[in-house]
Amino acid sequence: MSRRSSGRLALPARLAGFFLAALSCGGLSLDNACDAAEISPAVRAAERARIEAMAGASKAAVAIFAGEAGGGSGVLVSADGYALTNFHVVQPAGVAMKCGLSDGRLYDAVLVGLDPTGDVALIKLVGRDDFPFAEIADSDLVEVGDFCFAAGNPFLLATDFRPSISAGIVSGTRRYQFPAGTILEYADCLQVDAAINPGNSGGGLFDAEGRVIGVNGRASFEKRGRVNVGVGYAISSNQLRQFLGCLKGGRLVDHATLGATVATADDGRVVVSDILESSDAYRRGLRYDDEVVALAGRPVRTVNALKNILGTLPAGWRVPLVYRRSGRRREILVRLAGLHTSGELAKIVSGGAEAENPEAPPGRPGDPGKPGDPGQGGATKPEVVLPAALSGLYEPRNGFTNFHFNVVERDRVARGMAARHPLPAGKAPWVISGRLEKGQPFRIEISNRQATIDLPTGTSSIDATADLDATPAPPGSGGLLAALVLWRRLLLDGPAATGRTTYWGTVPHWSTEPPSGGPDAAADSGAAPGTPGGAMLVDVLDTAAAAVEGRFLVADDGFVLGIDLWPTPDADPCEVRFTPGDGLPTAMEVRHGDEVFGRFTIERIDIEATADGEPGAEAGVPADGGTT
Amino acid sequence: MNRFPGRDGPRLRRAIVLAGLLTTLVGAAVPGATPEETIAGAARRVVKLYGAGGVRGLEAYQTGILVSPDGHIVTVLSTVLDSEAIDCVLDDGRRYPATLLGADPRRELAVLSIAGEDLPFYPLPATDEPATAEPAVAGGRIAAGTRVFALSNLFGVAVGDERVSAQHGVVSAVVPLEARRGAHEAPYRGDVYILDCTTSNPGSAGGALVDWRGRLVGMLGKELRATATGVWLNYALPTEEVARGYRGVLGAGPDQPGTGPDPDSAPYDVALLGIVLVPDLLDKTPPFVESIRGGSSAARAGLRADDLLVALNGRSVASRAAVQQRLATLAVGDPVQVTVIRNGSIVECDLGPKPEAGLKP
Repeated sequence: MSRRSSGRLALPARLAGFFLAALSCGGLSLDNACDAAEISPAVRAAERARIEAMAGASKAAVAIFAGEAGGGSGVLVSADGYALTNFHVVQPAGVAMKCGLSDGRLYDAVLVGLDPTGDVALIKLVGRDDFPFAEIADSDLVEVGDFCFAAGNPFLLATDFRPSISAGIVSGTRRYQFPAGTILEYADCLQVDAAINPGNSGGGLFDAEGRVIGVNGRASFEKRGRVNVGVGYAISSNQLRQFLGCLKGGRLVDHATLGATVATADDGRVVVSDILESSDAYRRGLRYDDEVVALAGRPVRTVNALKNILGTLPAGWRVPLVYRRSGRRREILVRLAGLHTSGELAKIVSGGAEAENPEAPPGRPGDPGKPGDPGQGGATKPEVVLPAALSGLYEPRNGFTNFHFNVVERDRVARGMAARHPLPAGKAPWVISGRLEKGQPFRIEISNRQATIDLPTGTSSIDATADLDATPAPPGSGGLLAALVLWRRLLLDGPAATGRTTYWGTVPHWSTEPPSGGPDAAADSGAAPGTPGGAMLVDVLDTAAAAVEGRFLVADDGFVLGIDLWPTPDADPCEVRFTPGDGLPTAMEVRHGDEVFGRFTIERIDIEATADGEPGAEAGVPADGGTT
Repeated sequence: MNRFPGRDGPRLRRAIVLAGLLTTLVGAAVPGATPEETIAGAARRVVKLYGAGGVRGLEAYQTGILVSPDGHIVTVLSTVLDSEAIDCVLDDGRRYPATLLGADPRRELAVLSIAGEDLPFYPLPATDEPATAEPAVAGGRIAAGTRVFALSNLFGVAVGDERVSAQHGVVSAVVPLEARRGAHEAPYRGDVYILDCTTSNPGSAGGALVDWRGRLVGMLGKELRATATGVWLNYALPTEEVARGYRGVLGAGPDQPGTGPDPDSAPYDVALLGIVLVPDLLDKTPPFVESIRGGSSAARAGLRADDLLVALNGRSVASRAAVQQRLATLAVGDPVQVTVIRNGSIVECDLGPKPEAGLKP
């Protein structure tokens, strides 16, 4: 198509004001044209607010240039330069790209994280610490009919880097658009009639206040060729938020699978039609023919609904699932596995497995928009030659998009942990003592060499210098002592020294664990409690020591909220959840599988050696943070 | 055709007053409703239809509008309905088999029925008099410049209980339709609303066009190109035309005052001339005459069974469908001349002026 004909597709912000003025006339027709003098102050104020929203969004809009491979759009979401865009926009660009902002300046940007399945990429612009950015809104609140607008770089028109604005309404919510092969799946996306053209890809979709409700990425095209026909799709901002932590960690992020398939029964119920026995859902009790009622706090009435919900969740998340069997409603927490192996994803990203040809998707309707991406699959990954501005900001590593940013995030979390848990440097054993639920005492001692627990049922210990996966101890806990050994190591030595510790991303966390087994736990409320949207997102550090893998949940203030420890993969982990105190925790709950192993009230934790090498009361840190 | 130059004002005012008065009774078209509420209310009366197709670029889905509490649905007449099994999915996900009650070939409008009860619907006006129009639909024409929402099952993107898509736009013009599909002229030549939003998408046809009060103002048309420019048209059939077509199909139509066919447009069926062609079974069924009705103009002109029609008024007609399309472009009173091949010879037959007639029974 010619640039001349396409130039008209952009809608300057000024016109939006005109559009509003037309709306304000109130009559059924424009015949009753309103006198400018008659426009009420409220309308003028609304018009001004809209112009300001568009001006603000324009500042956060990024024009991405991927050299000869084309380009697209992006949207800045933080002052330090993080911007969201599409995987299919940055893929041809490689690790480094040039980004223009509406101030007319060109910035260097580096690839940070990729989510090929969701068609999302995170990049970071450099050169400022005061980038203009747009706030991310809650896309669950978006309704069909809401005003919205896109700010982007359609047809790469923005040679002066100022974005084109196209306004419209939200045409549909929670739409599902089929993937091309296993990537570029748009689940639970927003559908808009604002013009989304090639080049708009990766740009922000904004609400009336100029907040980001989505990232535009594809459109349904048909007989007119690849131009807007009033049917564009945007990845919802809530999906983006759910992946943002993982993306910031420089990871190559995968989407989730339940490990079960569902089908519509004759009576319209959504039932499990197949389930993997190795899946967590199976271990938690889900079986063939069970009716799936809700997932992640949202009702499941159709197969599509389940795909929509699953498609917005990162692999590794744990979400509530409600199912019904023989009229009985049960709720479980399910850990979601990945859609791909990390090798598969790496192959897709490097272009190897892109024979799927996203240009000709298997699923109707709608083509996956590959706007702004003239360069197609098969292109070999460009050699990484970084401009000087980006030197030191890229580090390749298997399983990661850019490991440099993993270290950045890992160290950020570590600094928070160190500040929240002030500990003496030293290798003295820690002694944790207190009482169990029924008042019986317990005592745990952890040293560099071994860990021992005294319980009313007996004493267990493990060798902390050997592989921690030998025998999970104490029996029934799934590996509590190993978890505590890693916990102490992480707190004392920091992540850099503790095995292979990386930043995982963020997961939902409930201040009190949502009910895991109670059959009627969620019966009263329509949806499961503790939806990912409602839960707090907390950072996760992942530590691998030999075959053992531990994941540490870290609150915003640096407190370690819990540990999930897998002595072996594909088994139930030992789950430790700490109750925050001023210093170290005041209580911990330990679960394994569906069972609560124990609820420990911690009365004191002694962490410093006395003169004779034994833990002493004087140096003890009272668990409740009070004075001794 | 109801044209009312200079009468828009009073008509609109009456409609507005009526809408205001009756709104609360019907629970639709709430003045002051937000766009979100307006769209949600309208979407409940719009259905997703699934039938034949899915091959060679022919979609197997389109949209329909509920127009009676007992399950009458208006939609466009299309190949999607060429199926024994037409599936209708409501806004709430309920699914019903739909039966084709009949069609108005000139307006290319079809009426379906589902066995639902207590359904939300748009009551179409029983007459052309706007004073009796229900508030949930616009009484009379709306003017160019009116802001509208178009609701449809475009691209089949909504399934089950997912809501149909909503687009926003403005009525750009109210003009007679001059459009074609491939080489065929569209039979309807009356006024349509030309829209500034893209509604000529797969599956959109049969969708609801509503104003910002939530009143039904029209039904989205099929995918057609403008005859003059070849541009894909985004248009809707005004509600009054939809209502006429609906009444006609139900058998209440042509005899009612003011509801007859437009004198300046053409009846459609060759049967009106007394010609019965062979069944249309092929892509391009040759237009052989199956039989001629006695006493008809065709009989008087000497047409016979087994004649092969090759031209109509000097324009070649290569298929059965072409005959009907060509005939549809003629106005009532236009001379009809048919060229046939009979036993290897070309025979001209003059059928006289095109008769006026009601809708297809």
